[in-house]
Amino acid sequence: MTKYILRRLLLTIPVLIGLSIVLFAFIHLLPGDPAAAILGQHATPDRVAAMREYLHLDDPIWQQYLAYVSNLLHGDFGTSVINNQPIIHEFLTRFPATIELTLAAMLYAVGVGIPLGRFAARHAQSWSDGAVTIVSLLGINIPVFVLGLTLQYIFAVQLKVLPASGRLDFSLRFDSPTNFLLIDSLVARRFDVFVDAARHLVLPAIALGSIPLAIITRITRASVLDVSNEDYVRTARAKGLTDGRVDSRHIMRNAWLPVVTVIGLQVGGLLAGAVITETVFAWGGVGRYVVDAINNRDYQVVQNVILIFAFVFLIVNLIVDVGYAFLNPRIRYA
Amino acid sequence: MAAPAIPATGRAIEVRASRGLWRDAMRRLLRNKPALLGLLFIGIFVFAAVFAPLIAPYGPLEGTLVQRMKPPGGAHLFGTDLQGRDELTRILYGAQVSLLAGVASVIMGLSIGGIAGALAGGLGGWVDSVLMRVVDVMLSIPGILLAIGIVAWLDRGLPQIMFAVAMTNAPIFARILRGSLLSLRNSDYVTAAQSIGAPPSRILLRHMLPNSLTALIVAATLALATAIIDVAGLGFLGLGPPDPRTPEWGTMLTDSTKFLRQAPWLIFLPGLAIVISAIGFNLLGDGLRESLDPRLKR
Repeated sequence: MTKYILRRLLLTIPVLIGLSIVLFAFIHLLPGDPAAAILGQHATPDRVAAMREYLHLDDPIWQQYLAYVSNLLHGDFGTSVINNQPIIHEFLTRFPATIELTLAAMLYAVGVGIPLGRFAARHAQSWSDGAVTIVSLLGINIPVFVLGLTLQYIFAVQLKVLPASGRLDFSLRFDSPTNFLLIDSLVARRFDVFVDAARHLVLPAIALGSIPLAIITRITRASVLDVSNEDYVRTARAKGLTDGRVDSRHIMRNAWLPVVTVIGLQVGGLLAGAVITETVFAWGGVGRYVVDAINNRDYQVVQNVILIFAFVFLIVNLIVDVGYAFLNPRIRYA
Repeated sequence: MAAPAIPATGRAIEVRASRGLWRDAMRRLLRNKPALLGLLFIGIFVFAAVFAPLIAPYGPLEGTLVQRMKPPGGAHLFGTDLQGRDELTRILYGAQVSLLAGVASVIMGLSIGGIAGALAGGLGGWVDSVLMRVVDVMLSIPGILLAIGIVAWLDRGLPQIMFAVAMTNAPIFARILRGSLLSLRNSDYVTAAQSIGAPPSRILLRHMLPNSLTALIVAATLALATAIIDVAGLGFLGLGPPDPRTPEWGTMLTDSTKFLRQAPWLIFLPGLAIVISAIGFNLLGDGLRESLDPRLKR
């Protein structure tokens, strides 16, 4: 197992190097003088000169690259030209909001998708199975922003039961030290804040979770159906086990693997989908940070936030792969 | 025991293939009801895109502010938008932009990914290792973020959008083609071709590629659905065509989000157009998968 994890870790190193080269090229292949492009039209010559020095633009290109990587390794991800704040600082403040959103979406997708898939498999070829199939087809093909706006219209504009956007009502004053609103409010025993934050989380989480929900439902249904036709399931039924026991001991234990793999594969989609969801729901996370940065031509923010997102994605994939090997001995010993 | 059975079925498939694999697949596709529904959905939007100037009741840029945000009904079946332009007309013209962008980006992605995949799977060795590491790097940037980065870098514009979406698909196509080629490398007919002295380029082009095409065709059809959604997503984020008058579904939607309360149809109708065209390509892709690979069908 340790050997497997080590090999898997080593495999991510070339990807990380490649990623840093691509994103280095992103800035250094900008048309014209990259320093001027980063700082925008109204930069003073002094600031452009300082930026040229920071980027090592007067050195050979490989030294520029080494300077970039060395800055990254020292935790220096550059500064935003809009507010002069270190990018890593802004990222860390906003990231908890994105984590909260993606975790809630994942919880929704898994919590609804697996029971729905099992239900559809149990009633295979009936009208309720057909209904689940149609809903999952819709779930895969409805863009996050269309679903998000539709939910806003139904639940916030028409029914007025849930807030349309933001993370917390303006009337509630709450200083969140970590920006994990749900956790901080519990720690501070502010249950009114907790309830309000949770209510704000519902619609964006449903919008973001719809695609993974549809995919998890499909895979669970297919996997359960697949296992249900196995000889050992028939044997289990023939020896008189109850349906519940056959389900939990014989079917689900073997149906889990494809489902777990697919859940892991959804993380990248969730991180990317968060960019659009946060725009729809005015959610102050990292996704909105990127979109604002593009509109402000804040190139270093775009460059390094994409880098950090990809890094997080790689780590999650690593964890999923290791978890999968843990669940599936056939991979561990291969 | 199983060994004699395999050449027998192999021969049976070959005989049928010589009678026309494509016609066979076509017949199966036309019997597949969901796939037909998908074709119908796609047909509606292709028709709209081609004949928009003839069937649209108004011009795509024609409208006055006096007529703005009129609800559906009357002279404007789908209502009017924020500038008083006919929404139905703009959705019909929008089909031109969205379908063109979707199809062009998938073709671009297929060419780039196809060449990379063919080189990697066909040549193997260090070419394979290098190309597949590049693919790993590209896939490590999740989905639309890569497209966002490319548009931010190349600046806004329809060709840039197509290229950006193409680059999110290309690594996937490259992986599929490479995987398929690798699985064919040890097949009997490739060994046979090698043993009669066929040059590697001929084996790759005449024997291996045609047999890898089906997987790529299915993936490309399914990619059309996500391409249309991604193009609209870029438009929604404000990275759509630089001319704000261009009728692009995602851009139309984002312009109207501030008026969700007053004019919800300006969100729902373009949204519906995106959903229906995406479902069309998805159903067709699933149908193609089943009809091109009869073994899948139970």
